[in-house]
Amino acid sequence: MTVELGQISLLAALLTAFVLGLLPMIGTYTGNRRFIAVSTSASLLQCLLVIISFGILTAAFVFQDFSVEYVARNSNSLLPMGYRYSAVWSAHEGSLLLWELILTIWIAAVALFSKRLPEVFRARVLAVLGWISVGFLLFILLTSNPFGRLIPSAAEGLDLNPLLQDFGLIVHPPLLYMGYVGFSVAFAFAVAALLGGEVSRDWVRWSRPWTLVAWAFLTIGIALGSWWAYYELGWGGYWFWDPVENASFMPWLVGTALIHSQAVTEKRGAFGNWTLLLALSTFSLSLLGTFLVRSGVLTSVHAFASDPTRGIFILAYLGVVVGGSLTLYAARAPKMIQGGGFAGVSRETFLLVNNLVFAVLAAMVLTGTLYPLLIDALGAGKISVGPPYFGLLFTWLLIPIVLALPIGIYSRWQQDSSGRLSGMLRWPFLISLMVGTGVWIMQPAIGFVSAAGVTGGAWVIVGSLFYVGHLLKKKSSLRIPASVLAMTLAHVGMGVFLIGLSMTSTLSTEKHLRMDAGDKYEMAGYTFEFLGTSIVRGPNYTADQGEFVVTRNDREVTRLYPQKREYAQRGNTMTEAAIDPGFTRDLYVSLGEPLDQNGQAWAVRIYHKPFIRWIWLGAIFIMSGGFLAAANKRYRRKMTVKQPATAKTREVTAS
Amino acid sequence: MSRIFPLLGFALLVVLLVVGLKIADRKTNLPSPLIDKPVPAFDLPVLASPEQRVSKESLLGKPYLVNFWGSWCVTCRAEHPVVTELAKRNAVYIVGMNFRDETEDAMAWLKRWGNPYDVSLSDFDGRVSIDFGVYAAPETFLVDPSGTIVFKQLGQLTWEVVENEILPRVASMESGN
Amino acid sequence: MKLGKIFILMLTITLSASALAQRSPVQAPMVFENQQQEDRFIRLTQELRCLVCQNQNLADSDAQLAHDLRAEVHEMLMAGKSDDEIKQFMVERYGDFVLYRPPVQENTYLLWLAPLVLLLGGAIILRANVKKRSTLLETSPKDESGNQA
Repeated sequence: MTVELGQISLLAALLTAFVLGLLPMIGTYTGNRRFIAVSTSASLLQCLLVIISFGILTAAFVFQDFSVEYVARNSNSLLPMGYRYSAVWSAHEGSLLLWELILTIWIAAVALFSKRLPEVFRARVLAVLGWISVGFLLFILLTSNPFGRLIPSAAEGLDLNPLLQDFGLIVHPPLLYMGYVGFSVAFAFAVAALLGGEVSRDWVRWSRPWTLVAWAFLTIGIALGSWWAYYELGWGGYWFWDPVENASFMPWLVGTALIHSQAVTEKRGAFGNWTLLLALSTFSLSLLGTFLVRSGVLTSVHAFASDPTRGIFILAYLGVVVGGSLTLYAARAPKMIQGGGFAGVSRETFLLVNNLVFAVLAAMVLTGTLYPLLIDALGAGKISVGPPYFGLLFTWLLIPIVLALPIGIYSRWQQDSSGRLSGMLRWPFLISLMVGTGVWIMQPAIGFVSAAGVTGGAWVIVGSLFYVGHLLKKKSSLRIPASVLAMTLAHVGMGVFLIGLSMTSTLSTEKHLRMDAGDKYEMAGYTFEFLGTSIVRGPNYTADQGEFVVTRNDREVTRLYPQKREYAQRGNTMTEAAIDPGFTRDLYVSLGEPLDQNGQAWAVRIYHKPFIRWIWLGAIFIMSGGFLAAANKRYRRKMTVKQPATAKTREVTAS
Repeated sequence: MSRIFPLLGFALLVVLLVVGLKIADRKTNLPSPLIDKPVPAFDLPVLASPEQRVSKESLLGKPYLVNFWGSWCVTCRAEHPVVTELAKRNAVYIVGMNFRDETEDAMAWLKRWGNPYDVSLSDFDGRVSIDFGVYAAPETFLVDPSGTIVFKQLGQLTWEVVENEILPRVASMESGN
Repeated sequence: MKLGKIFILMLTITLSASALAQRSPVQAPMVFENQQQEDRFIRLTQELRCLVCQNQNLADSDAQLAHDLRAEVHEMLMAGKSDDEIKQFMVERYGDFVLYRPPVQENTYLLWLAPLVLLLGGAIILRANVKKRSTLLETSPKDESGNQA
């Protein structure tokens, strides 16, 4: 089968993207409606061509064409069928093709679902997206082509990294990229708005559903990554503030500020420049992340590639896209203050606080991530910045957000009184204090900081739910607007996340110990009995499988089967932890090393992790809130423009 | 006016990243905190005859190189010709520090490739290598007659490094002090 | 920490050239006198960096050097050394790079202060902006659309 067709398809996609970038944009300035109309067909064609290309690469994996170097490096004849599909994006070149595929899908979606937007604006949005695609396609074709041949072709592949032979690889990258790449739409909307000079509230309203969907995807994408690391790596960690993790977290932080800022600009007309800048920054951070992960500039366990030559290309691309958009911003962003006034105590103020703190959070993560590089570049030494730094500052910076959240929800637009607000929030405040104190009394090991975290989480949850109650009472009907439901869902998710984070960070217990067959160990009221190991065979590995009986109050709770796998092809050894998931706690066992010849004495790690699932459960709520908010019928109403069109439109004469 | 700040900030970031790309291959090369500090104390058995021991005190009074190596280390094999050449010229006393290695494997390695060392010591459990802050292999330290570390080479020793860093320092030590 | 162990192992090989072939006894789990000591061990090994790994701490790494350094930490703990003394031991040999919690010193003032400065600076600007907005509110008639009259 000729994989070269995949490469040709990409070339064709590049040409199409070029046309998409050029013609509609020209058309908006010369009034050529045919050029403008090219935007739809070019968008769809581009998407089709990239889908074909991606499909060809997938087929190469599925049919095990080891004459393709990328396939030979990342697959093996014993690789189970399911993983052959996900192996496509398991390494640098393929993951870039996935990036591009998802970009073209977003572009096609914008082309199909924004027909009601003013023609000129829509054409510019698509053209900007076209340019973004051009850059990426060039990058793939010039430096990271997945279709290169191996001559002579390999008889057998090197195998997919065993860590990646997992469900996590199937879901995490696509969903993460849906978010990561999806922010390009908000970016394009902002650029189109700056180009057109119509920085009104309309462009913000149009961009909201796109932004919310991307943000929701990014939320779940990050959460999946964290959950995957947790069960895959064998020692119960779920976040390390590694540069690559930070690369995905920064767009999320700024994206969160963005969706809130958009709400204010749409409803009140204020924060127009903030919203513009945030929209530009979110995608810029996505691109920066792509650079960091693939250029070798930072040390990361997770780096896809460490190639400074590729790094130069991405940096140039970054320079053009981000530099260009920020130049446009400096030149065209409105000078006058927009929107009306608002009082010190008002919803606007609280959302401004939200904007500020999330921006500082992102800046903090960026600083910590790049600081070792800065110091090294200045010749001032070599230092490391890790979880102790990020975790500490993240905790402190969360405080203003958590405090302000319920107050902001209750606040009226434009003007409110602190007296009224404190009255309404009296019960949530008291309840959350009781919850926090209660937890502290029952589990003193939690410590003050985590107890405060639980209090904060409860404050957010109770405050959000009470608001719904307040609305119900006021309207004396059971109909809550979907937008309020969405907001509540997301905020409750934040509270759930906080509680999970707080509980698990100080109440988790772990023990590394030697266990012989028949040994028992007690932790947090559970008794773990080790019954020894046996040999188990998988499709492409052999494993020592341990058996643990877990009992509580003499009743069996579960049996856990951790494995130590040896993969035939690469000869790697891998730990598969055994987890008993629960709403209030996880039990986690993994095997270390065998300590005797017959494998009946092992170094074992046992963990008890209270409320850890709440971390990802919270993320699911947040994601759901985002999707629900995007589905708001309001966005599907006919779009009206409040500004006159800036392009002259000529009549299309019949020809 | 304030709308230009994002662009300026971004420009600075790009500058940093360009520099970052240039120094990317050196990013995990850690400078030794032991430069200009006293050589760590050690008292180790000689590789071939463990009843004999050598300590840092017994080496005072002359400059010497400490070369950390192991039979498991591929790069050590690559730098071996340079160390051998250095030994042939008798330019400086070379102490071979074999670490985290079985004695038989080390001896076999030396027999096979040649023994350039004036004395070979065995740091079996790697304790001394930790005191020297060794994290890769090979690593080479130059110690002056007073027992102070004056230079460290991380990774493979090349003749260029020998000529530009080691020999000049040894020369100035021998003439100066 | 997603593409973890195997990559690290492969890169460890590059640097220390065949970590797999290095001789060392398989390490049995450490034994401690009490839970507090064990907790300290876990905390310390999480704050110390594995120098031959691609961004991993001593607790999670399987590299030879990590094994040996964990043994050192264990030994020092049992000998009654404090957390600071143990960290100092590591810094003396490997430099500040080995600490994941950057010490507060000349070359890290910017790191530790930047977020605070940004927050305070931002808060000041925010306050000024809100003041401007409130004056705007008082001087212009209230208007539902939010646009200046």
